[in-house]
Amino acid sequence: MKARELLSRVVSPETLRDIIIQIIAILMAFLVGAGVLLVTGYNPVDAYAAMFRGAFGDVFRVGQTLTQATPILFTALAFLFSFKSGLFNIGAEGQFLAGAFASALVGISFQNLPAPLHVLLALAAGAVAGGLWGLIPAVLKTRFGAHEVITTMMLSYVALYLTSYMVNYPFKAPGWVSQTVMIAESARLPRLLQGAQLSASIFIALALVLLTRFILNRTILGYEIRATGLNPSAAENAGIDVKRGMILALVVSGAIAGLGGSGEIMGVHRRFIDGFSPGYGWDGLAVALVGGLSPVGSLLAAILFGALRSGGMIMTRVTGVPLDIVFLLQALVILFVAAPSLIRAILKRGGLRW
Amino acid sequence: MVGLVDVISVGLFAAALRMATPIVYAALGGIFSERVGIINIGLEGTMLASAFAGVTASYYTGNPWLGVVVAVLVGGLIGLLHAILTVKFVGNQIVSGTGINIFAMGFTAYMSQIIWGSRGASEGVRGLGTWNIPFIADLPVVGPIIGSHSPLVYLMLVVTVLSYVVLFRTPLGLRIRAVGEHPTAAETAGIDVLRVKYLCVILSGMLAGLGGAFLSLGHLNLFTRGMTGGRGFIAMAAMIFGKWMPFGAFGASLLFGLADALQMRLQSLGLLPPQIILTIPYLLTVAVLAGVVGKARPPSDYKPYKRE
Repeated sequence: MKARELLSRVVSPETLRDIIIQIIAILMAFLVGAGVLLVTGYNPVDAYAAMFRGAFGDVFRVGQTLTQATPILFTALAFLFSFKSGLFNIGAEGQFLAGAFASALVGISFQNLPAPLHVLLALAAGAVAGGLWGLIPAVLKTRFGAHEVITTMMLSYVALYLTSYMVNYPFKAPGWVSQTVMIAESARLPRLLQGAQLSASIFIALALVLLTRFILNRTILGYEIRATGLNPSAAENAGIDVKRGMILALVVSGAIAGLGGSGEIMGVHRRFIDGFSPGYGWDGLAVALVGGLSPVGSLLAAILFGALRSGGMIMTRVTGVPLDIVFLLQALVILFVAAPSLIRAILKRGGLRW
Repeated sequence: MVGLVDVISVGLFAAALRMATPIVYAALGGIFSERVGIINIGLEGTMLASAFAGVTASYYTGNPWLGVVVAVLVGGLIGLLHAILTVKFVGNQIVSGTGINIFAMGFTAYMSQIIWGSRGASEGVRGLGTWNIPFIADLPVVGPIIGSHSPLVYLMLVVTVLSYVVLFRTPLGLRIRAVGEHPTAAETAGIDVLRVKYLCVILSGMLAGLGGAFLSLGHLNLFTRGMTGGRGFIAMAAMIFGKWMPFGAFGASLLFGLADALQMRLQSLGLLPPQIILTIPYLLTVAVLAGVVGKARPPSDYKPYKRE
């Protein structure tokens, strides 16, 4: 039991138990996925092996995995931040799109700015736009009691259609595709790998992992946010301005998601293309949950989901398994993670006690 | 402005009723679930899975009505899954619903590729066709609007009335509302809270299943990838806009259906960008929640219920 003692010094027994439950949930999802593959006439071992090689086979593939992981790490952190204050920001998609469009706008509006300034300006625009898109539901919540789950979701659709309008009408580039013109060279984030789309956006995401962890665990603001999330009335009694905490949490959450959108525009696409996000905002919720609602856990979960996406494409090419098995696996992970007591009940039936 | 006059026609209102139909079904489903304190954000995925199941059944049996039955059963099964995760295992309702949505998207696209070899769409199947209601179909103005529709449009009208009757005119309805509003008091009064919750969440899935069946068997006669296109979320908006009342949700759905029908017609005329019109249901919902257009008070606090 020496290993266990050693481990308990790094993480608390509760955390360890949570981690084990998350891992079991992921394994169960892959197990059910294997069943689906078998029933539909595919060899699950071949499929998963191809997926793994596709996700981590060489430097380029790892780069693709990290490229896919980056935007969902942003939206996961965004979800996490609001969740800690007891709010369900499921509208990261809208804040992501708002940020993306604002960065694109700054990117195409200036031509002669020095590069570092232009990049900072475009990032700031993305964070502000995302933050504003988070401020609306925050105000609606604190002033009118409007449930943030519905308002953030509805505002996501509003952002989707408004940005679509923007790139179909006022800011449409010449040609058939609904997109803006390319952003200026000076507003682009550098790419990190020859021939791959992995960009410096991932460093911003990694910095945010540390920053989120620091803010939530080591600052007064983080303490107030967590206290609000755990028990709003107790926090109120302790002299914490609960409404202010909620507004701050949603604004910061929106700003993080907005920066994710900026990163995609400035690093990957270099222009705003209609429908460029395949639902990164929705994935964020899943990633944060699979990551056990911790910043570092979110990073690991984002890599897992990124690997599913990038490895899935190779799996499809090699084995012919439809790519959609990837979404099936993601959904299964979410469903198993949705109810931790379900996993506990399954373990109990297997004779394991917690 | 000649174009605008052409747009406001009987055809527009008939289309609005058609467009509203799946939204009404899902909104009614949402009402039953939320009335017992369970948020069902998985309505979107439930509709999609049922739309797929209905087409698959019709494809293999050639009987679209059997397809409707299968769609409703699949909807009920998904409702059951949501109930098990959220009622029995007290899992988070939003997370479970999101899982269901992503699951339905992935599963239907995967299976449609297995069965028809296409990621985009199924083969065409036998649909339900339309019913011409004798006498009414021949009336001027009214006839073209309500006289000739898919049978599931008429069923939707019946189900709306039934939902109202069940919720507000029967002892069961009283129990349902009690469970959502005050579970502890309901339990004290001898109501099996958990059973009522299960029943309503399963029913919620079955109603969304009818909405899905309408989309694939009453409207297009095939399954296309992601064919619900956010209607499950619009239905939640309609439910709130209608203040968790069946007729209210029906009215709101009609309004959203009209916006949808208008959007398609205006698009062909180029009068107003379709994207702007498409934001209307969502903005209206936010306005309702903010109390701009009348206050909306949820029928429950959605807290998980644990027996003492």
